[in-house]
Amino acid sequence: MWDLIIFVALIVIGYVAGRIAESRHYASIRKREKEFAGVMLFASRFPPTLEALPQQLVSGSVVVSDDYFKRVVSGLQSIIGGRLKSYETLLDRARREAVLRMKAEAKAHGARMIVNVKFETFSIPGRKPNSVRAMEVMAYGTALRSA
Amino acid sequence: MLVTNLEIVPGKRVAKHLGLVQGSTVRSKHVGKDILAGLKNIVGGELKGYTELLQEAREEATNRMVEQAKAVGANAVLNVRYGTSSITQGAAELLAYGTAVVLE
Repeated sequence: MWDLIIFVALIVIGYVAGRIAESRHYASIRKREKEFAGVMLFASRFPPTLEALPQQLVSGSVVVSDDYFKRVVSGLQSIIGGRLKSYETLLDRARREAVLRMKAEAKAHGARMIVNVKFETFSIPGRKPNSVRAMEVMAYGTALRSA
Repeated sequence: MLVTNLEIVPGKRVAKHLGLVQGSTVRSKHVGKDILAGLKNIVGGELKGYTELLQEAREEATNRMVEQAKAVGANAVLNVRYGTSSITQGAAELLAYGTAVVLE
């Protein structure tokens, strides 16, 4: 009986806290995306101009973890397969956050563009199977300062 | 020492290629941080302790790569890439590599 109560309590806590955290995070992401809109990103390997501009390697990273609710729902959803929407939003948030941190670093160096942007996603192993599920998302690239 | 992930440096010519340089570090998680992360795992969100841990480790890998580049007499490392792999439960290797060159 207690097991069931704890399980339901964890789901409720996970759902409520996770939802609040997610909507707050999205609000903050949208705000900062407007703020850093001046920094342009390029995935191309070469800079758009071949002028000699001062450059600096910049990166941004974030480690995110899922919540209890997402874990239970995804466990159920993976029986039938298909989209796991709860994880899509989690990784979307993480990637946008990593990009924003990279942009913030570039802006601090006075750069207007970042070229050759690369992403890396790394799933952090837990000590035991199913112990801590966390993902690291990293973005890096070369920031070019306008002369 | 110029460290960049571009393959060229606009306005500068590569005088000499010195080959691949790399730096890596293996880090394990702190048990205390792991417990905190376990609690945070219920409500979700960013695990700041891990973010810092990995950033610090990556910085060290980059520094080791730069040391190696200095040792071979380079003044720049081009086309820098990062790699991450999990080794055992709770440990990760962070790798930075690039091409050491002498720029004119």
